[in-house]
Amino acid sequence: MTNELNYILESKNVNVYYGELHALKDINLKIQKNSVTALIGPSGCGKSTFLRVFNRMNDYIDSFKIEGDVFMEGQNIYDKKVRVDELRKNIGMVFQKPNPFPKSIYENVAYGLKIQGIKDKEFLMDRVENSLKQAALWDEVKDDLKKSALALSGGQQQRICIARALAVEPNVLLMDEPTSALDPISTAKVEELINELKEKYTIVIVTHNMQQASRVSDNTAFFYMGDLIEHAKTEDIFRNPKKERTQNYITGRFG
Amino acid sequence: MKKRRLEYFIELILKACAVVTILTTIGIIWVLLSESLTFFKEVSIKDFLTDTEWTPLFAKKHFGILPLISGTLLTTFIAVCVALPLGLVIAIYLSQYAPKRFRKIIKPLLEVLAAVPTVVYGFFALMVVTPFLQNLIPNMAGFNALSAGIVMGIMIIPFVSSLSEDALQAVPKSLKNAAYGLGSTRFQTSFRVMVPAASSGIIVSVILAFSRAIGETMIVAIAAGQQPRLTANPLVPIETITAYIVQVAKGDVPHGTLEYRTIFAAGITLFVFTFILNNISFWIRKKYREQYD
Amino acid sequence: MTNSKKNRIKDKLFEYFGIACTFFGLVMLAIFIGNILIDGLTRIDLDFLQNLPSRKPEKSGILTAWTGSLWILCFTTLIAFPLGVAAGIYLEEYGKKSSLSSLLEVNISNLAGVPSIIYGLLGLEIFVRVFSLGNSILAGAFTLALLILPIIIVATREAIRAVPPSIRAASYGLGASKWQTVWHQVLPASMGGIFTGVILAISRAVGETAPLIVVGALAYVPFTPSSPMDEFTVMPIQIFNWVSRPLHGFTINAAAAIIILLLITFIMNGIAVYLRNKWQKKISW
Repeated sequence: MTNELNYILESKNVNVYYGELHALKDINLKIQKNSVTALIGPSGCGKSTFLRVFNRMNDYIDSFKIEGDVFMEGQNIYDKKVRVDELRKNIGMVFQKPNPFPKSIYENVAYGLKIQGIKDKEFLMDRVENSLKQAALWDEVKDDLKKSALALSGGQQQRICIARALAVEPNVLLMDEPTSALDPISTAKVEELINELKEKYTIVIVTHNMQQASRVSDNTAFFYMGDLIEHAKTEDIFRNPKKERTQNYITGRFG
Repeated sequence: MKKRRLEYFIELILKACAVVTILTTIGIIWVLLSESLTFFKEVSIKDFLTDTEWTPLFAKKHFGILPLISGTLLTTFIAVCVALPLGLVIAIYLSQYAPKRFRKIIKPLLEVLAAVPTVVYGFFALMVVTPFLQNLIPNMAGFNALSAGIVMGIMIIPFVSSLSEDALQAVPKSLKNAAYGLGSTRFQTSFRVMVPAASSGIIVSVILAFSRAIGETMIVAIAAGQQPRLTANPLVPIETITAYIVQVAKGDVPHGTLEYRTIFAAGITLFVFTFILNNISFWIRKKYREQYD
Repeated sequence: MTNSKKNRIKDKLFEYFGIACTFFGLVMLAIFIGNILIDGLTRIDLDFLQNLPSRKPEKSGILTAWTGSLWILCFTTLIAFPLGVAAGIYLEEYGKKSSLSSLLEVNISNLAGVPSIIYGLLGLEIFVRVFSLGNSILAGAFTLALLILPIIIVATREAIRAVPPSIRAASYGLGASKWQTVWHQVLPASMGGIFTGVILAISRAVGETAPLIVVGALAYVPFTPSSPMDEFTVMPIQIFNWVSRPLHGFTINAAAAIIILLLITFIMNGIAVYLRNKWQKKISW
């Protein structure tokens, strides 16, 4: 029983195909609640695809096909009864490049709530403030919430996107290389943020940056050519990996 | 579940709106076919295609479409003779020679030529171009194919130039650089490398210009005359298919008569011409898009 | 003279030739507009805008023509705008890979090439006779709406395509449905482009003559329309009618009416270009 409580996401024998391409092969992985799990591996190894399996963002790709089961708190998310929009309220996502809507800061953060039909102004304002605070952005933008989000710096834009995802109070936050388009200072801020957020959320992060994985994550999963090579505590993976491939990758011998 | 049904319902409405365009095509074909089929019950297709006189509104009726076709082709030919060289040179100049800023200003200005209502061009042809040409060619009639064709040509310049320019821009930069790298001048690069490479796109622009000129109505209705005549002489009054339809529609020809149906027979002839031209251009464009993708 | 020198001269000559060609059409248009201004400008006054058509050119006005054009413009927009935008959304966001879409695509590109007078024949049979709308504003507006539908659809699709996919991904990622994403994100972001296309399409409709003649717009209407079922005339038809009259006074009238028609057309095109530039500046992804 303790297992059931500790793990929030689980993939069982997941295979993903893009047309002819076998993108993920038999992936079995459990994701611990309130932890940060980093997915690492060379480009094209399937880590981003795997991330998107959890909120079914791959569904929009024409040739995409999935086999196997993916559970969130015991519920199979690929079940026909599951409503994708409900699922995504529970599993937020932050993308590689900051992609704020061409609207005001306020509208960006409130969007997820508004499309749920929430109209209460006070409630919305409350949530917006709260989410911006959690994203460590409140002090920088509180005076001009009406300003277009596109006018912010790249780092601020990415934190808007994080605040936007938090506003609907998800349980899980998926981050797809969230700092790859940011400068080092903004990157540091976002990493700090990730550390704070794991108290309340489960975070799965795809990253190309080995140091980032070791800095922010509790567990790390290494993917190679669609296979899950190794999954363990981050310190174990980086200190004494069990597989030679992992060793080669993290020491920079290929990638 | 409610939300899902709403989504489905919205998609259905959007789809229905899109399908309106298909209904339009079906409507056009049905209207043209049904009326002209009745027409061809009274007039044999052989007469229609071979008789050299078109006098449906006279006492002695002839139903030969050839004079209208020749009028249409004559004005179209003149228009394309004006628009093709001008449009092509403009396209080459703008894409290979002109500074970027100049291009940015001049392109919308050229588009203005296509935005002017055609009735205005008709006035231009009749009131300005014809009197001017009559000074040069004294025996030219007041209504003639020449001024109508020239003015139509000016109108379709932007069609040819912008489509050809797109085609030239689509040629991979590497090709252009290769030519320059060998020491070619811009002139040589343009005519030996760029134009041949963009030829399919340029052909498309020419075909569309033809199609556009064939269907053009008001300029010819105003300036080319209303005398169906099987001739290649650009100085005398003629009548095009479109001008004939206007002539009948303007008057009081009662619905259901043979005269009334002539406009549909003329219409279907026009439709067949433009349909074939448009499809050829669509087909070429599709092929050539694949080429560079 | 060396070969390369010859080549350079040829190159330079072609450049000048290109400039000359580029300006040829514009110069012709300028000459023409100048001509018309000389002919017609003094004819324009309040009376010209307020008078009904008459047998005497000095007494004739364009009241029925411009009110008719206004009616036609409003109803054409009301019909074509929602239809065209909805069809554009469907093609771009919904029916991407179905066989229906490819049929629609070929069909729309074909419709865009159908001569306007053919639409007139369609309108004459379908709207005037089958729907028994008669020679009314509504019949004319439906006909013109179908005529400009392809233009609006193409403009809508281009505008929608310019919205980056990352915006859609962000919206879906927050649990938005397809329509919510389209309505709250894609449409607002592409409105500038859509409006530009719609205005250009309407300006085309305002200048159209042939299809309206065919659906039976009259050259002489002694009253201004008061309902969409009334008979009507429009500016271009009034011009056509005056051009065909031999009396010099009517030619002057035609020139004056052309000035006003051109003014309307240029203003609309100007607004469209302005909108396009403004929107492009406002949203730079």
